[in-house]
Amino acid sequence: MPEEIDLSQFDEIPDRVARAKAKAEAMKKMREGGGGEASVPAEAAEEAAPEPAPAEEAPAAAESEGGGEAEVDLADLDQITDRVARAKAKAEAMRKAKVGGGAPAAGGGAAPAKKAPAKKAAAGAGDRAAAARALTEKGDGPAQVIVQTSPSPPDIRPGPDRILPLASGGMTTRRGFFSWLTLAWVSFAAATTAALAATGRFLFPNVLFEPPQSFKIGFPENYDVGVDERWKDKFSVWVVKEKTQMYALISVCTHLGCTPNWLAGDAKFKCPCHGSGFYSTGINFEGPAPRPLERARIVVGEDGQILIDKNTKYQWEKGQWENPESFLKLI
Amino acid sequence: MPKTSDLMDQVKRTQVWRSLFRHDIPRDERGRAQVVLTNIFLHLHPVRTPKSGIRVRYTWCMGGLTFFIFMVEVVTGIMLMFYYRPTLEYAYTDIIDLGEQVPLGIMREIHRWGAHLMIITVWLHMLRVFMTGSYKPPREFNWAIGVILLLLTLMLSFTGYLLPWDQLAIWAITVGSNMARATPFLGHEGPGAAFLKIGDVGLVHAGNDARFGLLAGRFVGEGALLRFYVLHCLAIPFIATILMAVHFWRVRKDGGISGPM
Repeated sequence: MPEEIDLSQFDEIPDRVARAKAKAEAMKKMREGGGGEASVPAEAAEEAAPEPAPAEEAPAAAESEGGGEAEVDLADLDQITDRVARAKAKAEAMRKAKVGGGAPAAGGGAAPAKKAPAKKAAAGAGDRAAAARALTEKGDGPAQVIVQTSPSPPDIRPGPDRILPLASGGMTTRRGFFSWLTLAWVSFAAATTAALAATGRFLFPNVLFEPPQSFKIGFPENYDVGVDERWKDKFSVWVVKEKTQMYALISVCTHLGCTPNWLAGDAKFKCPCHGSGFYSTGINFEGPAPRPLERARIVVGEDGQILIDKNTKYQWEKGQWENPESFLKLI
Repeated sequence: MPKTSDLMDQVKRTQVWRSLFRHDIPRDERGRAQVVLTNIFLHLHPVRTPKSGIRVRYTWCMGGLTFFIFMVEVVTGIMLMFYYRPTLEYAYTDIIDLGEQVPLGIMREIHRWGAHLMIITVWLHMLRVFMTGSYKPPREFNWAIGVILLLLTLMLSFTGYLLPWDQLAIWAITVGSNMARATPFLGHEGPGAAFLKIGDVGLVHAGNDARFGLLAGRFVGEGALLRFYVLHCLAIPFIATILMAVHFWRVRKDGGISGPM
């Protein structure tokens, strides 16, 4: 929406619509009479297309009429006049609102000030629409005069400067051609986007040759009290057994993701990268690690074996270690 | 017995000579300009350079040195590729072999030290350009290209870091790539990723986020090694070469090297 709206351009549009309508009507009569210059409709349609107006509605109307159709529906031309009037009213209201509300008034006062001119403008628009309609009706008069009834068959070929042959062998107008061009560009852009997306997807493999995220680790009685390291290399978990419970700690340091070592002599997990330390429970007590190690889901399967599922993780600081699947209750 | 100059004249008249050198030996300013303009390797360089602009104390030669080191890295890198295999089985031992068994065992060391040096010269080049105000219009576009080249240099360094496949390499890349987890929207631990979900199912998780794309897996493994190898040897040098061409060409088009104010 441009800053300044030139209202005068709206006044021209009804005139042009009226002229177009007159021409079109004359055309129609001619055709009913079985003759006349049939190249007029195209011109009429083209003239009906108003200049790009600042309001959205007017160009929309132009688009629907100016598409190079040979048949001109007179009712549609009437509609254009109405819509132009409405668009103008809108633009005028907006301008008034801008003038009225433009002053740095307090927020409360500005709203009603905006409303009043808008109403006024709407009333004005009604008058103008009526005037436009009158103009259109006046335009019907001279149209009658132009009518000529020659018996020659209608020549419906458009002017030579308006046609461009298509590969399909059909004929099309310049506007039609540009809409084809638009379609081609849109298709091209869509195809390019799809190809790029597919290329990006190529980098994300469907099958991973990594150890499974959930696995069985035998029976609870196979483990002694303390930290068990037998699954650390393969599945990146420690199985910790206490007197009353068992749980699986994921062997990824909560600082930056290195793998800590279990130092049995010091009874702690120690990360070699930046020195974070964790108790055998997984609670952090030294170094830069901001939170305890994470637990994996641990349950007893139907065959009595322990099942560990690393897809579900339990974090102490979120209170998730209370979850009955974050540990195995013994006894 | 013909004189040497006559012989030379005869050689210069041959089709072979005239197809190789399209002008005479440059003896004047026009001839010298012609040499620069008609040679693909020289034409990126400005035909004229202000005397003050080539003062070592003004430029420190850092841009040229960076390019020189890049060429060293390309040559030594190609040599290393004849021996190095980017697989879990061979990567580490091939690097050991390159130092212990392959002739001219310093080839890998030249490549490694060159990499360190290139990072330093790139930063100093940037510092010089900043200090002399050479980023100002009309050279602001070239500054932006230079920043991208700086990032590409750092990425070359980062991807090359993993290739020896020793403990330092694996854990350094583990730590480094973990930062990708925190990428906004694209990393599964990053801001905004929690909002991208349908019902309870998150759209961004450890199996499809930015880190996964970088490593081709959930942790640094075989896929990451191969991916970093390709990035290091082909993808990033390819992009960097194109941008370097643009960078040098823009120096010429933006009025040559900037002079002291």
